[in-house]
Amino acid sequence: MSEAILTASGVSKHFGGLTAVDEVDFEIYPGEVVALLGDNGAGKSTLIKCISGVYRPEQGKVMFNGEDITHHAPADIRSRGIETIYQDLALAENLDVGANVFLGKEKTRRLFGLIPVTDDNYMREEASGALDELDIHIPSLRQKLVNLSGGQRQAVAIARAMYWNAQLVIMDEPTAALGVPEQRKVLALIRSLREQEIPVILISHTMHDVMAVADRMVVMRRGRIVANLPRAEASEELIVRHIVGSAENGDNAVMI
Amino acid sequence: MAMKNPAQRSSLISPRTIEVLTKSWAYIFLLAIVVFFSVTGTGFFSIRNFSTILTTSTLVMLMAIGQTYVIITAGIDLSIGWTVGLSSVTTARVMRDLAAGGSDIAFAMLAGIFAGLLVALIPGLVNGILVARVRVPPFIATLGMFGIVRGAAFLLTDGQQVVRGLSAELRESLRAIGNGSLLYYLPDSGFHWFTRPPDLEPQQLRQLQQLLPYPVIITALVVIVFAFILARTKFGRHTYVIGGSEEAALRSGINVQRHLIIIYIICGLTSGIAGVLHLFRFTAGAPQAGEATLLSSVAAVVIGGTNLFGGEGDIMGAVVGSLIIAVLQTGLVILNIDSIWQFIVVGVVIIIAVLANQLQATLERLQANV
Repeated sequence: MSEAILTASGVSKHFGGLTAVDEVDFEIYPGEVVALLGDNGAGKSTLIKCISGVYRPEQGKVMFNGEDITHHAPADIRSRGIETIYQDLALAENLDVGANVFLGKEKTRRLFGLIPVTDDNYMREEASGALDELDIHIPSLRQKLVNLSGGQRQAVAIARAMYWNAQLVIMDEPTAALGVPEQRKVLALIRSLREQEIPVILISHTMHDVMAVADRMVVMRRGRIVANLPRAEASEELIVRHIVGSAENGDNAVMI
Repeated sequence: MAMKNPAQRSSLISPRTIEVLTKSWAYIFLLAIVVFFSVTGTGFFSIRNFSTILTTSTLVMLMAIGQTYVIITAGIDLSIGWTVGLSSVTTARVMRDLAAGGSDIAFAMLAGIFAGLLVALIPGLVNGILVARVRVPPFIATLGMFGIVRGAAFLLTDGQQVVRGLSAELRESLRAIGNGSLLYYLPDSGFHWFTRPPDLEPQQLRQLQQLLPYPVIITALVVIVFAFILARTKFGRHTYVIGGSEEAALRSGINVQRHLIIIYIICGLTSGIAGVLHLFRFTAGAPQAGEATLLSSVAAVVIGGTNLFGGEGDIMGAVVGSLIIAVLQTGLVILNIDSIWQFIVVGVVIIIAVLANQLQATLERLQANV
């Protein structure tokens, strides 16, 4: 197997007396989709935030592409290619696709060779190209995002990450607010990221999603990783047992 | 693709027509009331009256320009009415004192304008800091500033309604610009540039037309500059981003705090320009110069289609909104309708505006999902 693109080793994070993440080792390889599972409060989000720089772990090390990024600022980590797509997507829904792909990094051209103005046609075309690569079709690129479906907006957020050369995409509950057809589209997007060798960490409660796209399932419980299963070895039932904590003590009587 | 709704197909007016109507209803409404008053009111349809309407609209329009920026970021600036007054009073005092001290009139006027514009930036700056850094809700921050600026303006006139002691010469110079025109037309002698033709008979004076009043030209320049910035530049784009989602703006690396502060300063600046212009037109620095026009400025912005919840709107909307208010005011006077009615009419128009905007948003969504 090739080198891991990201390795977290011995990462711990406490909040007061609470140990949110307890000496966790985690790694992800190019082109891999890893599902991060666990009950509420199991430490998934905290671990993700230790990776994306939002939290500073007290112990442990995070290596990305062979470089130590522990304790780097979120903006720096982002610029190195780790893109986190939160549930709220961080899009400006009052603007069109082009404006959103270039949010905060607008392309300008000089009017009369003098005054810098936003180059909306360029941004729209580039955004359209990025969406094409993901095989996403949006009827009108001039449409404001508020008029697009949840899945299409998710696609815009992913297209933006890809356009700015994301090398690792972290997605937090990407299908939570979507209808069934939209969920399928998002799963297809994740697969198309994998085809382009871009690894994805997927936080999800939806077992169906996880079984559909993940290559590996990592289950957290009380701040520790309690299971790390390749797709072939994982069953829905086994994962649930790990999540609720009945797998370790051999208790088979799980209520679902 | 979803099926077309059969009800839509059989309706008399196509959704496309309704969309155009709701999107540009303010323009259509402006045209309609101009036609209405032209037909019903004697003397409404005349160059003289149109030039009066344009001049009247400048005060609200200038305030509405800055207000548009603020409202697009989902804020509001309630203090600018008194910023207009503060700026007017400051300009008058500086001009008066410098002129009385023996300064050249032109220098005194320039220094006064400079001081008036500069002082208007202060409430904007403080509003911006309160809203952006201290996170005081814009309504509260600018309401506090409303009182502070009001007090400051009256302190500068020692509690009087006007700044006293402007020399006759100074007043004459102010009037030459405030009530002047770049281009005049007199039926007997044709066009005259810059100044009115000298030695006119009262009869001729009545026929003299102001084709390009200076206040209108100045306001038009301000409109062009700020419309351009909002519509075409990165700064304008970031304004919309902040209005759409402050979270998205922050995460995309936009300096939201600095941006908001600049926007409240812009709002102070255009109100300052309004205050200086008010002094030039009425030749009396007045603390209450913009008192009545604050709500009109908000009304103009809303009538023009800018969303009070932020993220949507443009300067042309504010311009059209200001013109609608000015046309209604002038038109009702010409029809000899009690001026109290204008409050009611403008109120109704504001409500129609909000309804039209809501309808438009719904239609856009429907269209996108067809």
